[in-house]
Amino acid sequence: MIVANRKPFEEIMEMLKPYKKILLLGCNECVTVCSVGGAKEVAVLASEIRLSRLKNIIPVEIKEHTLERQCDPEYALSISSFVNDYEIIISMACGCGVQTIAETYREKYVVPAVNTTFMGSSEEHGVWREKCQGCGNCILDKTLGICPVTRCAKSILNGPCGGSQGGSCEINKDTPCAWQLIIDRLKQMNMMEKYLEIQPVKDWSTSRDGGPRTRIREDLRI
Amino acid sequence: MRLSYPTNIKIIKVPCTGRVDILFILKAFENGADGVCLIGCLEGECHFLTGNIRAKKRVEYIKSLLEETGIGAERVAMYNISAADGRRFAEIAREMTEKIKALGPNPAKKQVE
Repeated sequence: MIVANRKPFEEIMEMLKPYKKILLLGCNECVTVCSVGGAKEVAVLASEIRLSRLKNIIPVEIKEHTLERQCDPEYALSISSFVNDYEIIISMACGCGVQTIAETYREKYVVPAVNTTFMGSSEEHGVWREKCQGCGNCILDKTLGICPVTRCAKSILNGPCGGSQGGSCEINKDTPCAWQLIIDRLKQMNMMEKYLEIQPVKDWSTSRDGGPRTRIREDLRI
Repeated sequence: MRLSYPTNIKIIKVPCTGRVDILFILKAFENGADGVCLIGCLEGECHFLTGNIRAKKRVEYIKSLLEETGIGAERVAMYNISAADGRRFAEIAREMTEKIKALGPNPAKKQVE
């Protein structure tokens, strides 16, 4: 899922400063699962904004609304009947959602309430960790399901490096060395011969280095 | 026991402090409460095992929310007492009321026209 962090309250209030009628938009997908921008978080932020405005005696009217998915134009269009009743839209979705709403309602000022942080998975309740960088050329078959591109600080393809100490990365002892994890898993699976396959220099053109990416499936286009 | 405690406290019953959502507390402040006090069972004695421990974490989180909105973290508190300890309940009720009185009214209380 896409994992995000809520922006500091002060920053949010600064963006909303001149506005009295606010549409606070949540998203039912990734940001709900990582507890940052679902219906619940929309209600909490709306309550916080109201409390702050009440304290400072500045009127505010907030509509709380959560879309099934903010990154899809058809869901974005579902708010067209009331979007013009509000002066500003503050989105609690990831950057994709914010941009879809901004593209759908070009005359509206759309601002983000969260900082989109990474693609990750939940390790336990309340803990999310980055697991994928979307490099566009997956090598998880070679590394037995542990991504060195993401989980190694240097994205080394033939690791570990000299900074691997006691199973941890030198950047932080709480960050496991991805290559230690890979080797442990290769041993466990009795597949150490895979470790001897030297990985060639990675073609990063499929990653962000090749610029913004687009995927088109002609058969699905209407 | 004939214990007395301040009359300006509104008691809201919940099956367990674990039921208390952060929104309940935010809404209380939006509706003009000057302070909110969660009273749960003693730690380790939760009928649902961890309800009061989870409530304690939520109270910590809500304190950060109240601080950033300018309402003040000290307006919310959690105590753990035994359901049989009426004396301590009355004590906490007085303690909390005095603390909130010293802080003054909730700054977000709706302005009376």
